[in-house]
Amino acid sequence: MRDLRLAVRAGGGFGLGLAFFLIVTVMVPFSVGPESDLLARIAPGVLWLGALLSCLLSLDRLLALDWEDGSLDLLATAPLPLEAVVSIKALAHWITTGLPLVLAAPVLGVLLNLPLEGFKWVVISLLLGTPALSVIGTFGAALTVGLKRGGLLLSLLVMPLYVPTLIFGAEAARRGAMGMVVETPLLMLAGISAGVIALMPFASAAVLRINLR
Amino acid sequence: MSIWEYANPRKFLQTSERVMPVLWVSSGLLMAVGLIWGFFFTPDDYRQGSTVKIIFLHVPAALMAINAWFMMLVASLIWVIRRHHVSALAAKAAAPVGIVMTLIALATGAIWGQPMWGTWWAWDPRLTSFLVLFLFYLGYIALWEAIDNPDTAADLTSILCLVGTVFAVLSRYAVNFWNQGLHQGASLSLDEKENVADAFSNPLYVCMIGFGLFFLAMVFYRTGTEIRARRIKALMARQRQEA
Amino acid sequence: MLPDLGKYSETVLSAYAASLLLLALLVVLTLWRGRRVRRDMDTLEQRMRRDG
Repeated sequence: MRDLRLAVRAGGGFGLGLAFFLIVTVMVPFSVGPESDLLARIAPGVLWLGALLSCLLSLDRLLALDWEDGSLDLLATAPLPLEAVVSIKALAHWITTGLPLVLAAPVLGVLLNLPLEGFKWVVISLLLGTPALSVIGTFGAALTVGLKRGGLLLSLLVMPLYVPTLIFGAEAARRGAMGMVVETPLLMLAGISAGVIALMPFASAAVLRINLR
Repeated sequence: MSIWEYANPRKFLQTSERVMPVLWVSSGLLMAVGLIWGFFFTPDDYRQGSTVKIIFLHVPAALMAINAWFMMLVASLIWVIRRHHVSALAAKAAAPVGIVMTLIALATGAIWGQPMWGTWWAWDPRLTSFLVLFLFYLGYIALWEAIDNPDTAADLTSILCLVGTVFAVLSRYAVNFWNQGLHQGASLSLDEKENVADAFSNPLYVCMIGFGLFFLAMVFYRTGTEIRARRIKALMARQRQEA
Repeated sequence: MLPDLGKYSETVLSAYAASLLLLALLVVLTLWRGRRVRRDMDTLEQRMRRDG
């Protein structure tokens, strides 16, 4: 029972992630200019990128707390298989970071002149894609768990892994906003999320076992 | 002669001492012959003019960039399954060579593309894929550097290589999907060997083989360096223990 | 001496220069580190044989 509670600790990225998402969104018009046509065109992609970066931000604390106070060692010897532990960690990360971002996206979309069509697709694509970001991110967090200043390395390792998810997610949002057909990227996105949720925990658990040696 | 902790590395170093000269000479020779042949003794292309000469650098480098990662993948698998230290160190040794090949492919691709496409960089699917590959290499090398314990580093980087390969392949498809609308009528296909006339293909093959041998030479040499560096660490650790 | 590269001479030459530079850098750094490590290991082993 205590193990379960430990497993669910996600390092508290909730407020920080949302705040960062807001800040990034606000920064964009300052960097590309306030012209509404331009903003409308790039809105889906910017929202996706903002969500991705916000997820990234809360990853290095995901396992750090448990590493520092020894709970990770406890979890490793618990009756719960490590694969399940990392999956629960990823889920906790998604609930505290990813999901709030999905809910915040439409609000921020208003700031970026997101076309009406786009709201639905931004939310759907983020909903399908943010779980993948959490699961992949957990893998990255496991790789860098013991390291001081692991955050930067974590970003470097995880960003290339995020590329397929970002491309298909942003494409789905972008095409949806333009009224085009979204089946392909959406299906690919769903496929990636499903595959990653099913398989990545094995890699993450293996990595944690190595780091806990 | 002091006792090696691992028999395998010793055999590797002995073999590599014998093989190195052959590799250096043959790779140097073939690269020189191929590049000189291609640069001085091939005609210009109908559409691309003399820029077609860049193909003798771009294609071999791009090929080796991919092959280097593939070799790292195999070496990582061997480490994971059979725990041969030489294998893990060979993967570590190959990465910088691979990343340089990727850089050459990117630089020559961009420079070649400039007069053809009118911009210094175009998000052409192939070039973009190599940019993503560059990031994968960077992460791999960074992870090796970040971790102190050699065995832990070997384990973690090999898992990263395995996982990274899956995502690199996925990225390839994603990037192709992402850019299918643009540059479809690109007049320049950067590595279409089937469209390359015979006058070009022969020196190209020589260059490709030359680059391949160069890769082998570099990996053998660098692996030797890694083995010795690891040996130094082990010896110093033993010294500290005895003190 | 150089073939007539026409209007693309800058392009072609800079491509070759960049590539050869990168290759040279790689080789030089590799050999430099290789020699240094080799030397350090020989020194260390000599010292251990002497003391041990």
